[in-house]
Formats: sequence, structure tokens, C-alpha cells
Amino acid sequence: MTDRALVVVRAGALTTVQDRGRPGHAHLGVPRSGALDARAADLTNRLVGNPPEAAVLETTLSGCSVRPRSTVTVAVAGAPCPVTVDGRPAAWGAPVRVPGGALLDIGAARSGVRGYVAFSGGVTVEPVLGSRSTDLLSGLGPPPLANGTVLPLGRPAGPPARVDVVPHPAPPSELVLRVTLGPRDDWFTDAALRTLTRYPYAVSSASNRIGLRTEGPALERSRAGELPSEGMVLGAVQVPPDGRPVVFLADHPTTGGYPVIAVVHPADLPGAAQAAPGTPLRFVAVRHRR
Amino acid sequence: MRALPVGDRALLIEVGTGEEAEALHAELLRRRATGELTAAEIVPAARTVLLDGLDAPSRLAERLAHWDIPPVPPRAEDVVEIAVRYDGPDLPDVAAHWGVDEAEVARIHAAAEYRVAFCGFAPGFGYLTGLPREVPRRATPRTAVPAGSVALAGPYTGVYPRSSPGGWQLIGTTDAVLWDHARVPAALLAPGTRVRFKPLETP
Repeated sequence: MTDRALVVVRAGALTTVQDRGRPGHAHLGVPRSGALDARAADLTNRLVGNPPEAAVLETTLSGCSVRPRSTVTVAVAGAPCPVTVDGRPAAWGAPVRVPGGALLDIGAARSGVRGYVAFSGGVTVEPVLGSRSTDLLSGLGPPPLANGTVLPLGRPAGPPARVDVVPHPAPPSELVLRVTLGPRDDWFTDAALRTLTRYPYAVSSASNRIGLRTEGPALERSRAGELPSEGMVLGAVQVPPDGRPVVFLADHPTTGGYPVIAVVHPADLPGAAQAAPGTPLRFVAVRHRR
Repeated sequence: MRALPVGDRALLIEVGTGEEAEALHAELLRRRATGELTAAEIVPAARTVLLDGLDAPSRLAERLAHWDIPPVPPRAEDVVEIAVRYDGPDLPDVAAHWGVDEAEVARIHAAAEYRVAFCGFAPGFGYLTGLPREVPRRATPRTAVPAGSVALAGPYTGVYPRSSPGGWQLIGTTDAVLWDHARVPAALLAPGTRVRFKPLETP
């Protein structure tokens, strides 16, 4: 049991391999993908001494359990949750040494949605177009973890960080998304623009890595007809025919045919990744209409 | 030409026609290759080109207004040929819509030369322009369209790289591999590629 690998014992609701994604291929229809809460993923890599581009695990609500075959340093961050090694409590948000053969359990999120687990050396599944990320929209990268999956780990790049505690934002109890209106705000009525930025929405349980779906008042269009397909950016707030805005996250399509009323400030997207279904949501305009 | 800001780091450049979008895309690629332009993504679409990952979108928008954008010149490189069996389940519907028989649908489709205007929907799915007649999407999309299906929608034709839901009219099938990430390039049909469909005898 000296090989650098880990065995998945409990895959959890949805656990995927994520790194910084595969930007630069949107013109071929390839989503950018990558960790939804990139801030938390970066932190876990720093804690175990990995470079920022190392691949980590992204868990969803229910955590996961893995058994490394050799001793590794691990760090868990993102959604706060209990962490145990062979049943004994271990630190969250700090480097933890896990002996070979021991069971590392990442428990259910106490708040927030997505947990990140970095291993010294990183998860070294075969990259696709320069990235190890699982892309749920187009199926690129490794499939989501299943019980029994074996994942290879790389050689540690450096020593783990010597820290006792790290500052880390808590998952939002209310999600505030700053938006810049456009490029298709002129496809909506003035009333719809007021509604977007003045009325409360809530995070829908239909949200996933492709988009944060919302519940709240429908936005009315001022223009009928179809919008020819056009390029989409991360954080685009697209409005499908039902009028409920969808915020595009990492696995979003690269082109789409529904109007984008606004774009979310990139610094607010990690919060969007951690907002549980039912979380109150407000869109705040930081630019006036042209 | 109109440049619309998209957030703080992107521009959506709107033009009048698909041909203008292709010409603008080619010009943007040329200027990126010379180092005159820095953009992480250049994404052509039906009537627009999206530039993402820009440092100063508003400055670029001003400069763009003064560019002279030549039409896409005829390309020297070979045409990608895709062998098709015209055996799709929607052939009768397309034939009825065009007022021709099914064999004529195949003849019309295979006689035209196409160009990949843009990609999207799935890795390696190209929207090919050059179809001489239009056809509406199916009223009810299929939950699973088999990989290799040759399809029509609006002014476009395309080939499904993998099995997925879809509302296009299926007129045939091909064994061509549209997407293979182990291959360089992974996409058989990148924007700008010229394409012809070659009919195979259906058994």
C-alpha cells in the first residue's frame, strides 16, 4: 500500500474533480468548467502545499469518504462540515495528516453547499484540453465519483502551510449579487429592470453547476421574437421564456439564444456557489442603464 | 457594428449578418495572432462575436469602430467531406416542408457547400451555414438524438457529436468522428471550416 492513490468509499450526492477549468475553448463549444467556489479550492491547495492549478474534489451538500492508500496531507474548506479520520474528529480549514489506509470522512455541510478537499500532490486524473475538471454539461473530464472509484494522486510539491486557522468567508445567509446591466437589457421592459434590482428572489433547488436558478417575479420582455445565438460569459444572467433569471456558473453553455439582462460581478460568484436552495437573493445594479 | 459591454471584461460585438460576423471573427483572430489584441476567448455566433477576458473593453470598442474589416477570403485549405446516409426519421417532414420528395432533400443538402459559422450546444457541434432552404425546428424536441445524426434547423445544418436531447430535424447519419479530445484538433469542425456532405448509398 505505497502507491499514491485514494479509493472512494462514499461518493456523496455529487462529488467531482475540479481545477481551474479549461477556458480558451469556448469557440469550440467547450464550457470553462472548474471549481465553482474557486476561492475555497485555492485555499485548500495552499494549505496542503499544492500549486493553485492542482485538482481537488468538490463535494455537494453531503460530503464524501475516501481512503488514501498512502499517507497524505489533506485540507477541507468551502462549506463548513465535520471532518473525521478513522472516526476521530479532525480540523476543518487546516492541513490534516491522513495515514495510509485510514478513512477520511467529509461530513454533510452544516451550511453552504460545496466542500473542497485538497490532497498533497493533487488528484492526477488524465487532463482533457489542459484541465482535470469534470464538466457536467458536455461530459468532458472524469465522470462524477462513484463508490469504489480509484483516483491517482501526484507527488507532493511542497510542505503544507503552517497555520492554525485561516480567515474564510461563511456561506451567505442572504446572497447579494452585484450586476452590470446588459448586454440585452434593452430586450426587457423598464418595469422588468426595476423588478430585477428591487424585488427579492430566492435560490431555487433546481440550481446546479451549470446555473443558479431563481424563484421570484418573472421578468417581462419588451421585445418578442428570438434572439440569434450569441456568446455567453461566466456570471451572465440569462432570462429564459419563463422569465426567471438564471445565473450562469462554471459549466454554462458557451453560446445561447435567450437574452442576458445583466452580468454578475466575478467576486460574487463564490457566494453563489455556496448559497443553499431557499437562500434569499438580491440583485444590485452597479451600473446605470445606458 | 455595435459593441455592447458585457460585465467589466467582455464585449459583445453585433454586426448585421452572419457573413459579417465571420469576417469580424477572422479579423479578430488575425489581430490576436499579431499581439495587437489580447482576449482569452473569441466566440463567434450567428450575428455577433464575443470577446472575453479583455483588460480595457471600452478602449477596444472605440478602436474597433475605426477598423476596416475585409470579407473572409476564399480559403486555400481542403474542404472537410462528411459521408452521410440520408436515412433520418424527419426526411418526410423536411420533404413536405420544402415541397419536394425525400431524394431531393438529400440532393439539395449534398449539393451545397457549407462553412462552420460557430460552435456551441456541445463540444464540436458546429452551426454550418450555406443551406439553400430553411426548415423549422421540431415542435417537440427528442429526449435523445443519436451521435452522428445529420440535422437541420432554421438556416443551419449540423452533426450531433454525441447523443443528446435535441429539436433539429434529423435527415441522416454519419460515421465521422466530430469530437475526439485525444485528437489534435479535437473538433473536426472549428469555426471557418468548409464542409461538404457526400451521400452514401442507403441499404
